Amino acid sequence: MSPRGSRRIGGRVPLILLLPALLGLAFLLVPLLGLLAQAPWSTLPSRLFSADVGQALKLSLLCASAATALCLFLGVPLAWLLARAELPGRGLIRALVTVPLVLPPVVGGVALLLVLGRRGLIGERLDLWFGFSLPFTTAGVIVAEAFVAMPFLVISVEGALRAADPRYEEAAATLGAGRWLTFRRVTLPSIAPGVVAGAVLCWARALGEFGATITFAGNLPGRTTTMPLAVYLALETDPDVAVVLSVVLLAVSVVVLACLRERWISGLR
Amino acid sequence: MTLYADLQVSRAAFRLDLELSVDPGEVVALLGPNGAGKTTALRAIAGLLPLTDGRIRLGDEVWDEPPRVFRPADHRPIGVVFQDYLLFDHLSALENVAFGLRARGTDKHSARAAATRWLETVGLGDHLKTRPRSLSGGQAQRVALVRALATTPELLLLDEPLAALDASTTLHVRAELGEHLRRYQGRTLLVTHDPLDAMVLADRLVIVEHGRVVQEGAPTEIARRPRTEYVAQLVGLNLYRGTAQGTTVALSGGGSLTIAAPTSGGVHVAFPPSAISLYAEQPAGSPRNTWPAVVTGLEQHAHTVRVRLDASPAGPGTLLADITPAAVAELRLTPGQHLHATLKATEIQTYPS
Repeated sequence: MSPRGSRRIGGRVPLILLLPALLGLAFLLVPLLGLLAQAPWSTLPSRLFSADVGQALKLSLLCASAATALCLFLGVPLAWLLARAELPGRGLIRALVTVPLVLPPVVGGVALLLVLGRRGLIGERLDLWFGFSLPFTTAGVIVAEAFVAMPFLVISVEGALRAADPRYEEAAATLGAGRWLTFRRVTLPSIAPGVVAGAVLCWARALGEFGATITFAGNLPGRTTTMPLAVYLALETDPDVAVVLSVVLLAVSVVVLACLRERWISGLR
Repeated sequence: MTLYADLQVSRAAFRLDLELSVDPGEVVALLGPNGAGKTTALRAIAGLLPLTDGRIRLGDEVWDEPPRVFRPADHRPIGVVFQDYLLFDHLSALENVAFGLRARGTDKHSARAAATRWLETVGLGDHLKTRPRSLSGGQAQRVALVRALATTPELLLLDEPLAALDASTTLHVRAELGEHLRRYQGRTLLVTHDPLDAMVLADRLVIVEHGRVVQEGAPTEIARRPRTEYVAQLVGLNLYRGTAQGTTVALSGGGSLTIAAPTSGGVHVAFPPSAISLYAEQPAGSPRNTWPAVVTGLEQHAHTVRVRLDASPAGPGTLLADITPAAVAELRLTPGQHLHATLKATEIQTYPS
């Protein structure tokens, strides 16, 4: 290549920007690389399929998937309401929906405990009427994860709904389709990429949930000890296991990122 | 059963106030400039926009009468062809056409069979499984038309059905649409800003300006006697029916004219009034479309003068010409005066009818 070929408009990046930029990049990447370097690769497969790790992994996948399903069931209609219905105070409702996004998860866990705990506002009734209690159960893990992860789904789906042309719904109405049929057969297929993207984000967030889970559901191996909790637990007893679990969570994150960059999702923007 | 609509819609800076009726088998065109309220009227009749006052009824069936009655779009026996068709992209052509039947309770098998027959009638039997985005503009328009017709609606609403097409396909699609509309037994309301679409497709024109009806009547009647300058400009078009043989068109009202591209069969011929030139003497070289003509009227417009002529028996009985005030002075035009009118063959547009 001729030297001319490497010349760019705008000239060189000033050192005063380049230096912190590279430092920032290293700051983000070095810990992850360190994690990979420290991983006990030779014993990794055997540890990965050990009873404890397998149990935590299975529970995590189950709870994150169930939480995502719960979020889809409640969150898609909520997003539709925010995007389509003529709602008084819609701005306020939207703001409230996003609170769990910025709320420290521990606070979410405490709040859930106060409302759904055995002595809680609703929890007491559940216990009284149905003999059913959420805290310190697998169902409690699912509730905690859904609480924290649902805003991701709602925001993503609402964005997709706003971008979708409502005139297609009008066209469906002129063809005799009621609102529910229109929603199922016209609206939902057209926002499917947004729903999938939202569900993937929601699932990833649920999988990594720690604060709300440990506060609301505790740390009972086999019942409420999900991967992040197991990592925390293992750090004190068997650091190698903690590293293995961390590597698995890192791998899952990378896969999620790759999924989100797929064309069928980025095509939405 | 006639559709009666007394449409009154008030919005921030706009007021629509127009009355119209459509008889079974009739095609009524709502013609007007952009922003005249045509689409608002169509949306109100379709049930996509509630009236603020007035009434819409089909026979004795009231569709909208504020504040008591409002029947939403999905409960009106209508079919709508939208300007950009709004075909469902995730469904095939067949599923698009079957959608309305399914929504109205037809079972899956019968709906698909009926949709197949509809698509075959418009020559799309080979495109049943095609997704809308893979269809050409003309094909998409036909899918949109049969999707609207498949539910055998009492009222067919067309919103600028030809606006999304390029000029070369418009010709063909317009003729085809006209054929389907003639075959359709229900009422048709066509919304358009294109006077040619309206005049070729409709039995009756309702001309709308600023949300109000400014003139109503048969296309030829309106073209002959525009009541306002706006209408005159809008439908200022010489339009005739005739039979073509080669480059000669025998007009059904008598007389004949010569066109540039040979064709055959029934045609509409159209040309703007500005395509006519007037001469006191027979012009030298005598172009093909030269007729002796008598001035029957003069009208002053903004920058031109519209001259009404009678060019029979050699040419059309009513002929509109736009010329400059200077030419009027030079020719000393007065009603009853004998002149020669020429028309350039290249300015004539020919449409199969």
